[in-house]
Amino acid sequence: MGLMEKFHAFLDLLEHGSGRHWGVHPDDRKRPAADAPLRGLPLPGRLYVPLQQHIGAAARPIVLVGQKVLKGQLLAEAQGATSAAIHAPTSGTIAAIGEITAPHASGLPFAAITLAADGAERWIDSATAADDPFSLPPAEVAKRVAAAGVVGLGGATFPSALKLGLGLRAKIHTLILNGGECEPYLSCDDRLMRDYALEIVDGIRIMLHATGAQKALIGIEDNKPEAIATMTAAARAFAEIEVRPVPARYPMGSEKHLFSELTGQEVPADGRTTDLGALVHNVGTAWAVHEALRNGRPLVERIVTVNGGAIAFPGNIRVPVGALVGDVLAFAGLKESPARLVMGGPMMGSLLPHARVPVVKGTSGILALTAAEATMADPGPCIRCGSCARACPVGLLPLEMSARIAAGELNGAVAFGLKDCLACGCCAFVCPSRIPLVQYFNHAKGELAAQGRAQLRNEAARRLAAARAERIEREAKEKAEAAARRKAERAAQKAAEKVAAEAAAAAGAASEVES
Amino acid sequence: MNPEPLTLVPTGPLASPHAHGGGRVTWVMAKVMLALAPATLYGFWLYGWPAVHLWTITVACALLGEAFSLRLMQRRAMPVLLDGSAALTGWLLALSLPPWAPWWLGAAGGLFATVIAKQIFGGLGQNLFNPAMVARVALLISFPVPMTQWVGPLPLGSLGAPDFVQGLQITLGGIPDLDAVASASLLGYAKTELSRGVDLVAALGGAQAPALSFVGNRAGSLGETSALLIAAGGLALIFLRVISWHIPMAMLLGIALPALVAHAIDPARHMAASAHLLSGAALLGAFFIATDYVTSPNTRLGQMVFGAGCGLLTWVIRTWGGYPEGVAFAVLLMNALTPAIDHVVRPRIYGRDRRGRPQEPPEAKP
Repeated sequence: MGLMEKFHAFLDLLEHGSGRHWGVHPDDRKRPAADAPLRGLPLPGRLYVPLQQHIGAAARPIVLVGQKVLKGQLLAEAQGATSAAIHAPTSGTIAAIGEITAPHASGLPFAAITLAADGAERWIDSATAADDPFSLPPAEVAKRVAAAGVVGLGGATFPSALKLGLGLRAKIHTLILNGGECEPYLSCDDRLMRDYALEIVDGIRIMLHATGAQKALIGIEDNKPEAIATMTAAARAFAEIEVRPVPARYPMGSEKHLFSELTGQEVPADGRTTDLGALVHNVGTAWAVHEALRNGRPLVERIVTVNGGAIAFPGNIRVPVGALVGDVLAFAGLKESPARLVMGGPMMGSLLPHARVPVVKGTSGILALTAAEATMADPGPCIRCGSCARACPVGLLPLEMSARIAAGELNGAVAFGLKDCLACGCCAFVCPSRIPLVQYFNHAKGELAAQGRAQLRNEAARRLAAARAERIEREAKEKAEAAARRKAERAAQKAAEKVAAEAAAAAGAASEVES
Repeated sequence: MNPEPLTLVPTGPLASPHAHGGGRVTWVMAKVMLALAPATLYGFWLYGWPAVHLWTITVACALLGEAFSLRLMQRRAMPVLLDGSAALTGWLLALSLPPWAPWWLGAAGGLFATVIAKQIFGGLGQNLFNPAMVARVALLISFPVPMTQWVGPLPLGSLGAPDFVQGLQITLGGIPDLDAVASASLLGYAKTELSRGVDLVAALGGAQAPALSFVGNRAGSLGETSALLIAAGGLALIFLRVISWHIPMAMLLGIALPALVAHAIDPARHMAASAHLLSGAALLGAFFIATDYVTSPNTRLGQMVFGAGCGLLTWVIRTWGGYPEGVAFAVLLMNALTPAIDHVVRPRIYGRDRRGRPQEPPEAKP
């Protein structure tokens, strides 16, 4: 053990001795919305179903404008490795295949299918609903999950079937269900666990079957005692499923942090939880898997928390995918004009440019925040108080990273661990100078990605140029060789002709002599 | 149902988070000032009107220096003055001056602190050294005589205590009868006696030795007299989570441990740990000066290293240095080391070892 290692071991000891502090304890503001009974959104006249509601490539539409579709009918099929299928959230007619504003602060559009609802809500017949999922091979379960367009409902929207397949290949032993829901204001998972505990547990059993894992741990923050109670009751019959309350602390719902809290292990950087034998899925995903396998129903609706000081009747609402945020706000009612409209939670959600934005599979909440809630103040200079460093759940130094980004030294920020940043927002949440640290980090990550793409392009261009130069050289060489060969051939031919002529001449002379 | 056209032009950043914990720089500074207030008011009572005048002049000149620098840079001064940092700098400097010092000492110190030690470096957050301590050291080196002229306590309302106008005369025109009021601080007295060859057991046992008081009825600066109130203010800051215990604890231990050992070995040459802790700016330094966010390390481990260094250097300077008091020098020396400490002592990143390499994945156990 070298001197440096000894020093580091000593630092670990000291740090561990004083307790590893990470994250923040924001005022959760989940109630009264969490306690309000689940409502259903009245079917809007038109739904705008985006083709990209997942990580990966947009789905490819397979319907035509004017075509009549049934609820649950496939509208667009997965295209590429990490894509997901898109289905009709209601029955009706395809009115257009065009664009709608994406749920992103940029306000940029993305492709969407406009569906004019006929109001009948007629489901497409499912051929697979009657099958017993446990008699199916695991790969077939994953295939049906993929066919149902199920993506991670925790927000990352990674296609769930791929994760199930990954878990099977990695021979995982534990399935972790994320019921942390650490974002303030949000209670869609809480509501789902309270109202659909049996369905979630059934989905978990199907996922255990699909991955070959032996046990499932359901991590739920201890600020949701009702959900813990209902889930515990629903899981009681199954020894392999265990509900594990975890302390309420943001960002407990981060995959790696929940994993660490439940297992005491740390996921190596650049690694995945599957490397350590565990796969993490959101509880909402378990519900979607249940729906897909037991009822043959694709993911076309979800529970959305509508909350914030500007909402008249906050609560959880079942919303079809493709309904506009404006439809949902009109149903929940606005008391006042919100200062900020956010899709997702307040810590990591996206600022919406306006309300004409569709609800997607990953929409956990719609927040209409008043000016007092979204306390925005002008940023001041960094006073190096170190609050951000102590709040960071990853152990980064946000103050150092932002100082370097502000100075244009992106690589300096990378050296301080920018690529390990989760963008969870703890740093900006505690900063007394109100520095928008996450904005700095997003900017730097975007710049670095652009630089990376430019570098790839340059390398490709350089390779092409090199290949061209090589080709030209090779061709010139071949040409020269061919010319030399022809010259040699000609010379040889000439020589042969000469020899033949001489021979002929000699033969002529000889015959003359003979005759 | 057509959604109403709701278009937002949000103020503030576009990126998340869209919520904030509520902390503000102004409130941080206000809490520190509140914690300083009891000790300061006690000092005002103990040393009377001249101390009030000197404090006012020092704080006003610190604000003036800040405003002047900002105007010079064509920036609006008011929003920056309202963050409270300049006033706090002036306040801390005033607490480290002899309470009956002449007005120009406070004025020069206040201006020096904000103009030279803070704004020239780039303002709040950019200065490498603690501005109040830079100003104090500059004054001590430039004007050693008025900077070490201590007076005995003469509480407000007591016989012979100067009234408001007399106080103003003392601050503006000097002390009329210096010998009648002059007194030595404990550290100064000990240093003088030691240099005369008198050993400390005899010197401090003598009748004319300055009293050591936890409550603070003794000669010294505003910020050193009442150890009790300074410590109470500091503990309040820890309780309010404005500062953590790491720097104060490490600094006080850094003074006390060597003092304890040295005093046990040779009480004739080394003062007791209690005398060290209750004298000079030890407590003020540990709770209010070394804990300055800008000039101290950011990690808890770094803060412990920093605090221990401040304490140890204070003891070393007091014991072997040319000046009786060493807190200001010790803090400045450790300020200079802060970037190095921050470079070496960093938090470990999740999933990585301390060198930043990814951790080895452990064997997956069933």
